Amino acid sequence: MFDRRAIIDFHNVGRHAIESVLRVGYAARFFALTLAHSGTSFRRPRLIVRELYFSGVLSMIIILVSGLFVGMVLGFQGYQTLKTYGSESALGVLVALSLVRELGPVVAALLFASRAGSAMTAEIGLMKATEQLSAMEMMAVDPIARVVAPRFWAGVISMPLLAAMFSAMGVYGGYLIGVVVIGVDEGSFWSQMQSAVDFREDIVNGVIKSIVFGIAVTWIALFEGYDAPPTAEGVSGATTRTVVTSSLAILGLDFILTAFMFRGI
Amino acid sequence: MVFSAVAADNLVEISGVSYAYDKRHPVLTGIDMVIPRGKVVAIMGISGSGKTTLLRLIAGWFKPTQGSIRVDGTLTHELDREGLYRMRRRMGMLFQFGALFTDLSVFDNVAFQMREHTDLPEAMIRDLVFMKLQAVGLRGAHALLPAELSGGMARRVALARATALDPMLIMYDEPFTGLDPISLGVIRNLVRKLNDALGSTSIVVTHDVQEALDIVDYVYYLSEGVMVAHGTPEQMRASTDPRVHQFVWGEADGPVAFQYPSRDFSEELELV
Repeated sequence: MFDRRAIIDFHNVGRHAIESVLRVGYAARFFALTLAHSGTSFRRPRLIVRELYFSGVLSMIIILVSGLFVGMVLGFQGYQTLKTYGSESALGVLVALSLVRELGPVVAALLFASRAGSAMTAEIGLMKATEQLSAMEMMAVDPIARVVAPRFWAGVISMPLLAAMFSAMGVYGGYLIGVVVIGVDEGSFWSQMQSAVDFREDIVNGVIKSIVFGIAVTWIALFEGYDAPPTAEGVSGATTRTVVTSSLAILGLDFILTAFMFRGI
Repeated sequence: MVFSAVAADNLVEISGVSYAYDKRHPVLTGIDMVIPRGKVVAIMGISGSGKTTLLRLIAGWFKPTQGSIRVDGTLTHELDREGLYRMRRRMGMLFQFGALFTDLSVFDNVAFQMREHTDLPEAMIRDLVFMKLQAVGLRGAHALLPAELSGGMARRVALARATALDPMLIMYDEPFTGLDPISLGVIRNLVRKLNDALGSTSIVVTHDVQEALDIVDYVYYLSEGVMVAHGTPEQMRASTDPRVHQFVWGEADGPVAFQYPSRDFSEELELV
């Protein structure tokens, strides 16, 4: 007959599968509740503004610095490759398109997940562990409306803005290396960029991506925090899961969105 | 019920309440209890006896699996979310470690409910908050953050916050745990004084016997989810029920055994 150990392992696989499906269900319900209880946030925009400061403004340093460096690396790498084909003047186009279409939304979202997302999870997890959410509930104030929804909207609003800042800073970094350091012609750098970057195809698509990433990251971060076991290990585990899950979600969603937006075939 | 004869007007009436998280592990079984208006009532019992669960049932946090709970004439488990929230605005709860909002100052913590539930002008909120803080002796600490408070001070702020809207019912979940003797005395006297000054009713869930017996009007004693005794503090002190006697006098061994259930010690050491 079957080995007893094997049966237990098999049993555990089933249990994990059921638990994962349940959690996805809870997360979906949590998302719906967050949207349904967003009224308070819009009636009292000060709640959102406060969170915008914590998740948006405080993430700016890392976004701006990373954007500058990514742009500078693009300047070097792009120049190397383009020089082979004698089209260095297209450096501006390469830098701008890579940033606006892909790197801006994706890298900014990854940075946002590790900077702001993890902070949101830890904060809400600790509020839960120290009974602050229970106290709020007991005072007849809905924690989803008062704590979760303002953070959610702040995340959704700040993500595209941060991605735009990342791209702008990256373009400037590419300019610094390409034009100022290497000496690519400044006129063709900017004019080719201007004529090749399409508002609808490139910029709007990039903004759509970053809004989707903003929703995904804040949703995951808030759910992990809200669902964290109220212990030290629980909160630290949830924080790690936020970064891992949202990073994977960003990359997966990026592939799906790009596949839909790509019309080159 | 003995106590109901004393005071006809009960704020909380609990009859035949049972509660279980799952079917195999009942937390509370067949609880009958009344809490008369204006009184301070203690629910006592060792850790894990179901006291906090009972408190959460009264607050409508969980629904009883059997029986009914009436607060101010309303069956709490029949209320929808709106109704429950309406009722909770008239209740205050002091959590075990205060549960102050760590991102808000002492002032904002106390003002929280006033801002959420009323349209009072800020000037009036300011006066009310200072009155509440004055009552707990912490008006001077209004600008501090919870992280800057000692345990006893945090508990006092939480008390001011719990009474911010002059609730009809104040519930205390282990208010005396982890306090130094001075803070403990302060909190103990505040529980009584605030109850009488506000004309509220208080339920104190605690296992700090001597502190509680000094200030409460009546005691219910729970053991393993069953109410095994109740009476005035004097009756509890004089009780001959071995379970109550062990608890009140803090004896190491008795009906609640010192040893966690285990197999025979000589067997464990392989002496036989």
